[in-house]
Amino acid sequence: MCLAIPVKVEALLPAQRARVTLHGVQREVSVALLDEVAVGDYVILHVGYALQKLDEEEARQTLALFAREASR
Amino acid sequence: MKPDWTHGKVEMQHGGGGRAMTLLIESLFLAAFANETLSERNDQAVLPPPSGRLVVATDSHVVSPLFFPGGDIGSLAVHGTLNDLALAGARPQYLTAAFILEEGFALADLRRIVTSMATAARDAGVSIVTGDTKVVERGKADGVFITTTAIGEMLDAQVRGVASICAGDKILLSGTLGDHGMAVLSCREGLQFESPLVSDSQSLHDLIACMVAKVPQIHCMRDPTRGGVAAVLNEIASQRGVGIRLNEAAIPMTPAVQGACELFGLDPLFVANEGKLLAFCPPAQAELLLTVMRQHPQGAQAAIVGEVLAQAPGQVSMITPLGGERRVDWLSGDPLPRIC
Amino acid sequence: MNYLDEFRDGNLGKQLLDKIHAAVQPKKQYRFMEFCGGHTHALFRNGIPALLPAEVTMVHGPGCPVCVLPMARIDMAIELARLPDVILCSYGDMLRVPGARGTSLLKARAEGADVRMVYAISDALALARKLPARQVVFFAIGFETTTPPTALALLEARAASLQNFTVFCNHVLTPPAMAAILGGLEVEAPPLHGLVGPAHVSAVIGTEPYLPIARDWRIPIVVAGFEVLDVLQAILQLIHQVNEGRAEVENEYTRAVVPAGNLKAQQVMAEVFTLRERFEWRGLGWIPHSAMQIRSAFAPWDAEQRFDVKPVPGKENPACDCPAVLRGAKSPLDCKLFGHPCTPDNPIGACMVSSEGACAAHYRYQT
Repeated sequence: MCLAIPVKVEALLPAQRARVTLHGVQREVSVALLDEVAVGDYVILHVGYALQKLDEEEARQTLALFAREASR
Repeated sequence: MKPDWTHGKVEMQHGGGGRAMTLLIESLFLAAFANETLSERNDQAVLPPPSGRLVVATDSHVVSPLFFPGGDIGSLAVHGTLNDLALAGARPQYLTAAFILEEGFALADLRRIVTSMATAARDAGVSIVTGDTKVVERGKADGVFITTTAIGEMLDAQVRGVASICAGDKILLSGTLGDHGMAVLSCREGLQFESPLVSDSQSLHDLIACMVAKVPQIHCMRDPTRGGVAAVLNEIASQRGVGIRLNEAAIPMTPAVQGACELFGLDPLFVANEGKLLAFCPPAQAELLLTVMRQHPQGAQAAIVGEVLAQAPGQVSMITPLGGERRVDWLSGDPLPRIC
Repeated sequence: MNYLDEFRDGNLGKQLLDKIHAAVQPKKQYRFMEFCGGHTHALFRNGIPALLPAEVTMVHGPGCPVCVLPMARIDMAIELARLPDVILCSYGDMLRVPGARGTSLLKARAEGADVRMVYAISDALALARKLPARQVVFFAIGFETTTPPTALALLEARAASLQNFTVFCNHVLTPPAMAAILGGLEVEAPPLHGLVGPAHVSAVIGTEPYLPIARDWRIPIVVAGFEVLDVLQAILQLIHQVNEGRAEVENEYTRAVVPAGNLKAQQVMAEVFTLRERFEWRGLGWIPHSAMQIRSAFAPWDAEQRFDVKPVPGKENPACDCPAVLRGAKSPLDCKLFGHPCTPDNPIGACMVSSEGACAAHYRYQT
């Protein structure tokens, strides 16, 4: 359920909208559900709305956890 | 009166058999498709006998929108039918074209489409030798529908087809997956997105001629159009009573197709292609065939993507990058973007 | 980092699988439910079920909003679509789903109803602005993930005093359904030993709502992303919890989920929606306080108030085993209808309806 995909914010647009990209595919989406967002941020996109910002540090830690678990 | 190519629309009289129809045919179709047979202005084409076996393929073309990145309904109507013919291992020589036009359709768009058809046919070295035009009332068609028939001859004496496929055959794909379907989707109303996606619509007869000349043992070739690779392979698996196994990691795909499929929840195996082919060939010739395909610009990204199995008849499955195996089913209905 | 490829790495996945095999204790049973269709999809698409140790059983939960929507609500949407001047908009998923009389929105469209697929609810709003003489009804479905966009659209419609835009609200809630699965259903089933918690629902509601569930039912919950490595890691963490006798809420999906969730999204939801007394879930029955209703302040934009459509109770096929499948009491293969006549092209029960339903995933992906 709830298909949501990480996309990168390319540009901020008026009316709480933003241009986002994934593998060269671009779309205009709403960022009205986020408190603050900046160009370069990755966000989780669902039905045309950014739901949450992705935390790069946390992502790295999770990947490190996989590697650690995998070699434990 | 000459058609107004800037503001004019298709009118009922353009199909009525009168002077307006003759003018449209002369100034558009005859001029664009110019060749000797057509200029004789008969209701049929009389052609010299072929030296090999005669091959015929026919296809109706509808697409929405009519223009998309990398092509339009005109080029598609040429490529699609030529590919159907060439996949038997044949050389296409002639095309026929029948147009159903909707009253009110812009003449400028019609001219664009006919011109692109003429270019596609000329590039493929094929003449459009006879045709027909009808006009239906507004609302009874979607702009323009085109039916084309291709005629050509076999290049060799080989029999190719689903019945020749056997267990052990390798399956080769001529290039990246899903480019046409996703390019069309990118300009469909309500879904528009910007991307580097371009339809792969192209005539494959030259690639096929090279393949057949160097590897005559090819058992079967098919183009994964509507329903994508999944549809073609399921059809073959159930028709021939064999199993088919794909290797997910080997399937070539552009990042843009991958990205668009992620965004809309679509499976690239179900997405249509208009310039790719799947070839089934005995394992001993698979590497040679791959080399031959990769040497041709239309097969530069070719890959061995799977094999035919004696077990699990009728089933198509895929080995995943994690080493798991999953079934590849037919598509149910139209591929609709999903949210969950 | 693009947050996709890194979490699909085949080699890391194989190593995590090895670790899962090493972590299970012989003769111990690990029955875990992945609540979400997204997890079910990731498991099947990657061929994971056959790669797990025999001790680990994955039970596929009801977390697919298309699957659990009762037929009566689909019939209401079809009825709305057939009203004069109405344009019914919905997400692509809903168009093929059959209602009680075998009809669907796509079939209604073939019969002349104006049904349109949209990618975002904002597209439906734009359509209403473009066509003021038509009534645009948005058929809203989904869990907490999909609810905030609907809330924003209703706020915007009210702010603009749009007269021709309404929402047919079918938003449902995850925690009550989880609780129902764990204890409230009248189906005999072996106990569950752990839950893989939702990814994007949790991005909105956070992990705190699962604390009482883990405590009350003494069950480990690991919130996980929808990529295949996320699911494998969650299974591993659940095994560790079972082995160590813990029943905690853990968060594997920290890159997108914080304990309190997205407060702004929660606030717009609270402004626009209130709880329904109860709501019917296909396959699970009526669950109290399990769905959202549009607040009376937004009544002019509530399709159920604007138009006179009444639910006509649909009758499920009595041979359908969906309730038992959703509870994990039966596997899809145990159902007499599975594969014949119930297929993705001709779904009889909830679990076959969407590609993320347990039966559809089995049918599509299981070799």
